[in-house]
Amino acid sequence: MAGPMKMRATATGGTTEVRVLMTHPMTTAQMKDQPLHFIQNVVVKQNGKTVIEAEISQAVSRNPVFSFRLKGGAKGDKIEVAWLDNKGESNKIETAVA
Amino acid sequence: MTPMNSSRRTLLGALLAALLQPLAALAAAWNMEAFGARSAADALQGIGAAGAVPSADLAIDAPQIAENGAVVPIEISSSVPGTSAIAVVIEKNPFPLAARFEFKEGALPFVKLNVKMGESSDVRVVAFAGGKQYTATREIKVTIGGCGG
Repeated sequence: MAGPMKMRATATGGTTEVRVLMTHPMTTAQMKDQPLHFIQNVVVKQNGKTVIEAEISQAVSRNPVFSFRLKGGAKGDKIEVAWLDNKGESNKIETAVA
Repeated sequence: MTPMNSSRRTLLGALLAALLQPLAALAAAWNMEAFGARSAADALQGIGAAGAVPSADLAIDAPQIAENGAVVPIEISSSVPGTSAIAVVIEKNPFPLAARFEFKEGALPFVKLNVKMGESSDVRVVAFAGGKQYTATREIKVTIGGCGG
């Protein structure tokens, strides 16, 4: 199931620091009695423009947490992070830069 | 052929196209060959980094000893000018390629993430810049592996 996400985006000295948490089991092929279930794609958008595209594997830890840095950024800028997993489930979160 | 049949076919075609397009887009966006690779060499080949040259301009910040292999924090930044992507390869993991980040205009070549490590291993980072690949490694010792469970 696509669990809740949390995100914080802070503007400091010309860059925006984005920290995002995704609730996801991220199960691997090595785990017994559990289906392979992991996020494959993560997209970060700044004011609607794609700035980061990630492909990730089952080697990313359960409930993934990522930090990213974006150029510039002012308070109120919109940051959106979306993910998509190997079962076609997805989720996204949007926040304003603080 | 009657007009009705042809319009039905058009409708079916449109529906099929609508269904297939997102699937094709998704398939293209995840490098199955590289992520399915069982060796670091094959993973590097799969992301087009077989010829990566060692660079001191890649910073890897990670613990020397990770007590819990299920959550190993790794912070990576590249000061190679024009870095457009960074990949993380955990050499001794069952599937070594852990992630690949593409940084477009507006993003800095920096990422912090948590990864699973099955055992102590070199963690190789590859930066892509101007059609070339640069690489650096960092050894991380793992007390308890984090791939099974």
